[in-house]
Amino acid sequence: MSEREVKGKVGIKELSPIDVYKLLPKTNCKECGEENCMAFATKLVNRELAVEQCAPLLKKENAKAYSQLKDMLKPPVKEVTIGEGDKAVKIGGKLVMYRHEFAYFNPTAIAIDVTDEMAEEEMLTRVRKTEGFSFEYIGQTLKLNMIAVRSTSNDPDKFKAAVKKVAESTKLPLILCSLNPNVLEAGLMAAPKSKPLLYAATESNWKEMAELALMYNCPLTVFAPNNLKLLRSLAKTLLTYGVENLVLDPGTFAGDGVADMLNNFAMIRRSAIKQGDELLGFPITGVPMTAWIEKGDAPEELAKWKEAYLAAMLIVRFADILIIHNADGWALLPPVVLRQNIYTDPRKPVAVEPGLKVFGTPGEDAPVMFTTNFALTYYTVASDIENAKVNAYLLVVDTEGIAVDSAVAGRKLTAEKVADAIEASGVGNKVKHRKLIIPGKSARLSGEIEELSGWQVIVGPRDSSDIPKFLQEKWQASY
Amino acid sequence: MPKNEKNEAIGLKLSPNLLELLAKLQEVELEDFEMNVGDLEIWIQPGAISAPAVVRPKSTVPLKVKPTGLLEADFIPPIETYLGRVAEVKLGATKSEGGSRGKTYVIGGEAAPAFYSFEKPMPHPPVISVDVFDMKVPLAKAVKMHVKDVLDDPAAWAKLAVEKFGADLLTVHLITIDPLVKNTSPKEAVKTVERVAQAVDVPLVIGGCGDPVKDTAVFEEIAETFAGERFLISSITRDMDVERCAGFVKKHGHVALSFTPMDLNMARELNRRLYDFLPKENIVMDLTTAALGYGLDYAFTNMERARLAALMGDPELAHPMSSGTTNAWAAREAWLEMTPEWEPRELRGPLWEVTTALTLLLAGVDLFMMMHPAAVKTLKDVTQQLLSRSSGNAGKLVEWVSAKI
Repeated sequence: MSEREVKGKVGIKELSPIDVYKLLPKTNCKECGEENCMAFATKLVNRELAVEQCAPLLKKENAKAYSQLKDMLKPPVKEVTIGEGDKAVKIGGKLVMYRHEFAYFNPTAIAIDVTDEMAEEEMLTRVRKTEGFSFEYIGQTLKLNMIAVRSTSNDPDKFKAAVKKVAESTKLPLILCSLNPNVLEAGLMAAPKSKPLLYAATESNWKEMAELALMYNCPLTVFAPNNLKLLRSLAKTLLTYGVENLVLDPGTFAGDGVADMLNNFAMIRRSAIKQGDELLGFPITGVPMTAWIEKGDAPEELAKWKEAYLAAMLIVRFADILIIHNADGWALLPPVVLRQNIYTDPRKPVAVEPGLKVFGTPGEDAPVMFTTNFALTYYTVASDIENAKVNAYLLVVDTEGIAVDSAVAGRKLTAEKVADAIEASGVGNKVKHRKLIIPGKSARLSGEIEELSGWQVIVGPRDSSDIPKFLQEKWQASY
Repeated sequence: MPKNEKNEAIGLKLSPNLLELLAKLQEVELEDFEMNVGDLEIWIQPGAISAPAVVRPKSTVPLKVKPTGLLEADFIPPIETYLGRVAEVKLGATKSEGGSRGKTYVIGGEAAPAFYSFEKPMPHPPVISVDVFDMKVPLAKAVKMHVKDVLDDPAAWAKLAVEKFGADLLTVHLITIDPLVKNTSPKEAVKTVERVAQAVDVPLVIGGCGDPVKDTAVFEEIAETFAGERFLISSITRDMDVERCAGFVKKHGHVALSFTPMDLNMARELNRRLYDFLPKENIVMDLTTAALGYGLDYAFTNMERARLAALMGDPELAHPMSSGTTNAWAAREAWLEMTPEWEPRELRGPLWEVTTALTLLLAGVDLFMMMHPAAVKTLKDVTQQLLSRSSGNAGKLVEWVSAKI
């Protein structure tokens, strides 16, 4: 690669708020909602705000500083938008290779496919099912994001009709899939302003695909299976051609070749992020549904299974889009939950809503326990209580998402907070006793809690897995 | 793809000579760089012939000379150099090596991130140890259906796991020794291990009950009785008598599993304490596995960080990693009967375990402690494929676009 193409960038981690601050107007005008320009600079570096939220910076006289800032904050993996309106999906925009280095943005967008030869009812059922997919998880709703319309007919009219029906029935962004530019254009005509992702430009059709991408202002996928030299060449060609929003598909191997696949994904991402390679600085598409093309006579469940675990591996290994065929909940749930996990911001503790949680049907002699609102702690404790099949109250104290031992050490968990939480929850009206079981790791707060709350403290186990045994032995004995 | 792409590009209803037109255009452009984009578009609008009535949106891209042929670019694999290397640890010992196992495994030895085989091949395949318990324990339905006939018999369970599930190693969980369960004696634990060791010839992992005092006593008895076997003692924790444990692990020729609760500083500290007694080659570490959906993000990142730190030259984290992947079943989504759109749980459950395992495989785990036969098989298949680096048919990949499924 030439010098021009690979230019060293300041690593995201090295970017300091001071560097950003120097380019801001330094007027402390508060128009952005922050106290001063330094606070705004810090949030820019942390990617909590966008440059455009600084109104003075958008004025003509600050154009130079604005473009310098944009460049400074530009992610090494370009952010690409697919679709229009409030369901548009942003992909890419990655700043780092590993999530602990900062955080991952723009969770992997998952598309479910339909074809132009499906019966209308089947096609629309799949679209509705995709749009309706919904799973509640730690206070979030996990969803699917796109529909991939494939042309299996290779007939422009059929494809056009299919895209029209899909576009009319959903607001989800589309991926239009055909290697035949004429077919693809027919599809675009059915939804000319919807900015779908085009799939795909190859060594043999890139010029026609580039024209379509330019005419319809769409992002374009570059497909060069297991050939990164060709992938870079195509990216270079298309960028020179004027197509700015590219998505890379280095090929998804479902069986043999899976080692090459993982290598390709890692090499693309490392080239972009660690070496500043602008030709590979684009989102990557994984296509787990390739598991279906070698299915043969094997039962469908096997293809579904393989597709699901490929999706999981690709979520971990840098995929920004996944195209999946099977829409069964059992197979989609693990990758969708994994995606949420991997894209959780590791800089922020994950917290749950504080308050009183009820397990089973507790009576007025039911045990009352407390824990912190650190999500992992809470869900572990909750699942241990559930497994014990006991009726109980669990008071979730706001420790700003910090686990018990660290919260005690860091004064995020104090006797005052516990006493206030008891008071606010009204649990005193639900039980006739005044006994509070506290986490073993907060034992040293016992005296103070008793003093402030007036409740008798029973020190519980250090690990919540001992809760069932504890309740059986200690609680029943004390009662 | 049965048809070649060129034929497909021509399309069915289109002017058959589109490619010729494009070829001609190329010549024109080579002769005349003055030609502007407007002219160019007239020539290469591919859909225009089939649907001339539709008005095209205008391109907003600035006019510049468009390339007419593929612009070649090179690709140089982005290789990094690493200062550190993960220690190699041998599990199990054959008769000639002072043990009685028919099989032994070496794990670790990585000199690049997991499966970055463009840098360095993985030196050893990750291995799987299947869980066996010394008493009936509550199991998810999806797991129980595969082991229901052997729940009372650890030796029979062990045989099933090795012969039918393909276990590389076996973990004997000594639940009964727990003072709060049956409080069975170290001698009884030895008997259980004896029966399992006779039933199968794979290396064993000896799992304790979590009580630091009782585990120490039991581990010591087992270490002595099975001296030279290079069993993995699971596990040595910070609240145990680390010196004593490291002492008998070394004296009797076993391997220590250094366990810490998701904190790399604690892991370093415990490993440092072990180094006073044990060589690096006798230490595997367990950084804690949380289930998919229940903290897997912490577990994954912790392990990924540990491995990258080891490669960057941190010797205190340069140990093979073990994962209690069975913890995946702690997630209720793995075992609970849910509403019909998420069923059957018989498939969802093992997929939960596989997803947890594969996520951690990519973080660098070398030893997986697992439960469900389908999850074990999948992990084996995937690692085998990754290790063999078998090449796929790139030409065939394109078929997904138009495949009739």
